[in-house]
Amino acid sequence: MTDGARLAVDIGGTFTDVVLEHGGGLDQLKLLTTPEAPEVAVLEGVRTILQRTGVAAGEVTLAIHGTTLATNALIERKGARTALVTTDGFRDSIEIAYEHRFEQYDLYMERPEPLVARDWRFTVPERIAADGSVLLDLDEQALGSLAAELQDIGVEAVAVCFLHSYVNAAHEQRAGEILTQALPGVSITLSAQVCPEIREYDRMSTACANAYVQPMMAGYLNRLQDGLRTGGVTCPLLLMMSSGGVTTVDTAATLPIRLVESGPAGGAILARDIARENDLDSVLSFDMGGTTAKITLIDDFTPHIARSFEVARMYRFLKGSGLPLRIPVIDMVEIGAGGGSIADVDAMQRIHVGPESAGAVPGPACYGNGGTAPTVTDADTVLGRIDPGRFAGGQVTLDLERAAAAVAADIGDPLAVETNIAAAGVSEIVDEHMANAARVHAIENGKDMVGRSLVAFGGAAPLHAARLADKLGIDTVVVPQGAGVGSAIGFLRAQISYEVVRTRYMDLREFDADAVNDIYATMRAEAEAVVRLGAPNEPLVETRGAFMRYRGQGHEIMVPVPGRTFEANDGAALTEWFEAAYQALFSRTIPNLGVEVLTWTLSLATDRTGTESARQPQAAHRPEPEGQRRLFDPASGDWVEAAVYSRADLRPGAKVPGPAMIIEDETTTLVTNGFAATVNPLGQIIMTREGRGL
Amino acid sequence: MSGAEMDRIRYQVMWDRLLSVVEEQAQTLVRTAFSTSSREAGDISAGVFDLKGQMLAQAVTGTPGHINSMARAVVHFLDVFPADGMQDGDVYITNDPWKGTGHLHDFTVVTPTFRNGRMVALFACTSHVVDIGGVGMSPDGRQVYHEGLFVPIMPLAVAGEMNQWLLNMVRANVREPVQVEGDIYALAACNETGGRRLFEMMDEYGLDDLDALGAHIIEQSRTAITAAINELPQGSWQHAMRIDGFEEPIDLVAELTISNGIIHVDYTGSSGTSDFGINCPMCYTEAYTAFGAKCVVAPEIPNNAGTLDAITVSAPDDTIVNAPHPCAVVARSTIGHMLPDVIFGCLHQAMPDRVPAEGTSNLWNLKLGAGHGITERTEQETTAFMLMAFHSGGAGARPRQDGLSATPYPSGVRNVPVEISEAITPIVVWRKELRKDSGGIGAQRGGLGQTMEITSREDAPFGIFASFERVLFPPRGRDGGGPGATGRLSLGSGDELRNKGFQTIPAQGRLIVEMPGGGGFGDPMVRAPEAVAADVRLGLVSEEAAARDYGVVLTETGQIDQEATAKRRG
Repeated sequence: MTDGARLAVDIGGTFTDVVLEHGGGLDQLKLLTTPEAPEVAVLEGVRTILQRTGVAAGEVTLAIHGTTLATNALIERKGARTALVTTDGFRDSIEIAYEHRFEQYDLYMERPEPLVARDWRFTVPERIAADGSVLLDLDEQALGSLAAELQDIGVEAVAVCFLHSYVNAAHEQRAGEILTQALPGVSITLSAQVCPEIREYDRMSTACANAYVQPMMAGYLNRLQDGLRTGGVTCPLLLMMSSGGVTTVDTAATLPIRLVESGPAGGAILARDIARENDLDSVLSFDMGGTTAKITLIDDFTPHIARSFEVARMYRFLKGSGLPLRIPVIDMVEIGAGGGSIADVDAMQRIHVGPESAGAVPGPACYGNGGTAPTVTDADTVLGRIDPGRFAGGQVTLDLERAAAAVAADIGDPLAVETNIAAAGVSEIVDEHMANAARVHAIENGKDMVGRSLVAFGGAAPLHAARLADKLGIDTVVVPQGAGVGSAIGFLRAQISYEVVRTRYMDLREFDADAVNDIYATMRAEAEAVVRLGAPNEPLVETRGAFMRYRGQGHEIMVPVPGRTFEANDGAALTEWFEAAYQALFSRTIPNLGVEVLTWTLSLATDRTGTESARQPQAAHRPEPEGQRRLFDPASGDWVEAAVYSRADLRPGAKVPGPAMIIEDETTTLVTNGFAATVNPLGQIIMTREGRGL
Repeated sequence: MSGAEMDRIRYQVMWDRLLSVVEEQAQTLVRTAFSTSSREAGDISAGVFDLKGQMLAQAVTGTPGHINSMARAVVHFLDVFPADGMQDGDVYITNDPWKGTGHLHDFTVVTPTFRNGRMVALFACTSHVVDIGGVGMSPDGRQVYHEGLFVPIMPLAVAGEMNQWLLNMVRANVREPVQVEGDIYALAACNETGGRRLFEMMDEYGLDDLDALGAHIIEQSRTAITAAINELPQGSWQHAMRIDGFEEPIDLVAELTISNGIIHVDYTGSSGTSDFGINCPMCYTEAYTAFGAKCVVAPEIPNNAGTLDAITVSAPDDTIVNAPHPCAVVARSTIGHMLPDVIFGCLHQAMPDRVPAEGTSNLWNLKLGAGHGITERTEQETTAFMLMAFHSGGAGARPRQDGLSATPYPSGVRNVPVEISEAITPIVVWRKELRKDSGGIGAQRGGLGQTMEITSREDAPFGIFASFERVLFPPRGRDGGGPGATGRLSLGSGDELRNKGFQTIPAQGRLIVEMPGGGGFGDPMVRAPEAVAADVRLGLVSEEAAARDYGVVLTETGQIDQEATAKRRG
């Protein structure tokens, strides 16, 4: 760990979490988010936590910040008055999208509204061909009169996206100059700067989203930085990005779209470090909260990175029902399955869970706040998995009778089964739903579940982790400490890093080593400029990749490539690396077929600071339970007695056989009778399979 | 405590798992496929079957055309190769249009899955290959013999050994031999993936066979769809729709009967077969009929053997919807895609507020190409290419919503980005925009079509393999809604092109494709004036059309002129 104190701040829709890491360990604070001026809660929290810990503002050496503000602005459509300027003839690309119905059978489906309505979309004569040559010069005069029109209608932000700008950005850059000059104070986003990649709809969507949130995010970030400085916190402020790396305030204010989902990214970083501490090289990160569950694959201590993401999915989290953003992002599958997810029964007598959620208000039926629909938390309560008197540290007393009544009315009665069975059904279905999502996510990325471990955090995850592990054939589950502020803790563990992506088509039969070396040199320089702002002197690690496919295929796979200068005959080596990766994914290669590269990637990061190891040997002991609780066992259809422990009382080396419950303020770890739990030297709970599960 | 009660929950979990198994099977196929229709448009299917050939689960993919057709295909395989003669490592294949999914481009592969020496299930999948020889993806063929290589049901692998003779035969008969062979391997591989996942489930739940689970799935689904059908008005309704056809217009005529838990559609009265490749085999007619009806009646119920017999179809022999061998069938979707509109016409009489107006329905795919044997030779060297790009006109207005613009129905394909098409061919797309005033007028407006303008970057001609509908007969509106605009194919010079068949765009010529709009729903004079004003502001409807068709008069600033509007609307 570095000297001095480090500060992490995570702003969510409801809560702002502040964590201070200093000589005395970790201190944490939760405040209500102040949506109109988010910096207010942050500055208040920083003041309070510094006061409480006696750390001087000047002792803080680094502040890291992640937030869902950009995401929420996109979901709630509360962004800038944004115009789009594009190539003549392509005014509607942002609306026509992929001409796709994402829900096959629904006659009443609606597609997501584009961020920029048609009357705010403008075109200018210009055209660049796929090879970068100019087919039609940019009509600067037309652009000039357009600027005047934009001024008249009162734009706050403009996205410029021309066809094929990923290969030749000259027209976009010139348009940017003209508009910047003509429209002082208006934020201008160029698509080639945000997303220099082929596929006009995705690039346009990303550029529009960036323009849409840019004025708000830039204003907020600058006010936050000023506020921190006024309060004496003069250290660098770095922003967590969706890719799990961090960047500077300046870059974030220019490309705020890269901050989308930076909160959950912190959770994945936490899971990565836990994987490293426990030497688990193949992990599934499982974050289950009140509304959704998020699942991330982490292999070789690296979260899987995707190049695109869909924000604001409006239709049961279905693919295609949101706005595509083509940015580097920690690849997460988000499912409408959380503690508050509502269960019902359909025409085929099948139980359905989520994605509708009871939310915080009225909440699950057992909260007693007027909710009557049965939720996952109600089912867990009926099954004895939650002690009604100790939920959320005893702040909320759960009403078992209301939970049982809701489960009976909406599930048990329609199915004509007992309430316990109905509750077990709800729990089984939500677990199966998450397991299926994890499996499909893995296959889409050419991975599987064999030999994987589970890292479970978020309020509802430790209750469901053991059963999810059963379904996925997983034998080890880790429940970290401090799961409630997992994301903010994750920020403190993030590396300073930046990822650059470039589209440059290359048929490997005509491999051009000079071109590739040039691309990588440019990308390195671009990444280094960002990373050095946050890490002026540290050694850096560079990772390169290429997205490749067989000629004629439609989907590329990511192939790692070495960080060296390429020689003229390296086309053969690239083919070989591609075939090795293809073989690993699909168990076969295809002879005699050409291979092509579409996109090149480079990521630059500070070398990792060492993590503590959790693997020191520890004398095992068996603690005394503080009591017993009756748990419903779906396998036998009967009640079993489970030993109850307080997590705070368990010391490293404690070993607890299932069935047992380990209770803490924010959650309960359910140790099913297939598992035994031990506490490792870092205080993490490790559940290990002893026989077959429930 | 009842073990049987818990078993019911367990069956549901296993059913969900089986759906996830076939989803993985399908994903594997999409990710390894070569043809654009498979990988971009999701023109594939995947499913798991019991030993009698009854389908237990099918993945939800981009094409409804495989819904019941693939489900029935496995029975055809078992007729030729009975289950008791199959051994571990066997794989079977066909592209028989009448026993598979309707044209030679679709290969169906069936794999028996063995566990502990015993066959426990069959996995089947279908995918559309890049090429199958013959005249290509063009309806110019007169017989199925013109359309390419026909592979009757036969082994693709025997006891793990691939049938190299068959693969040689395929390679020798198609234009992209490596890719087609790659697609065939991908089909076999995805069935293996399905088998592996199935074993994991059987291990977890200690199952030796799928008998009880299969019975549960089929029973629950049958009960649910029967109940859903019994809730509908009972009776018979007729409807007819005229479409362009190839050599002459085609009438599609249906009588739909709802009774005793079954929906039956009879196509007596429909036109006879065509001399060109737009004929539809019965299996494909069944697929789109079942899909259209299911969207209205039971969209949530998964497809399996329990739902297969709830929607039945009949048609006289030798009609365009039940075309026999050796009719040419490559563009059978010309007919198939229109069938849901015909069924909706029947259902609308029974249930006035459920179904949309007619839409473009047929895809407006651009099949463009140049090179030897396609376009005439030119002096300088030009690039040979073939492009298949998926595009759509407007969909019909819904009872309470406007129609979707530039969106396919019933097909579920995705388009190919313009930048991708331009990167792999010499074409340039100069325009791809919504087509003003193309949506049918109505209380709910039909979806807009789109206009595309295309040239070649080279000084050379290129060809279009046209197969477009709704050029002569527009999609009609319902309940007072107007028709969508008809489609149009022309050159920059103003010359019109035909809607079907191969044609050439001369060097330096510009191809203009105007796609149809969807029909409107309800009286346009009751459309909210604010909605009409918004359409004008957004440029979707012209000011003239607003006044003429909707009776909404706008001021110079785009505000509603209340007085003039009231006067016009009476």
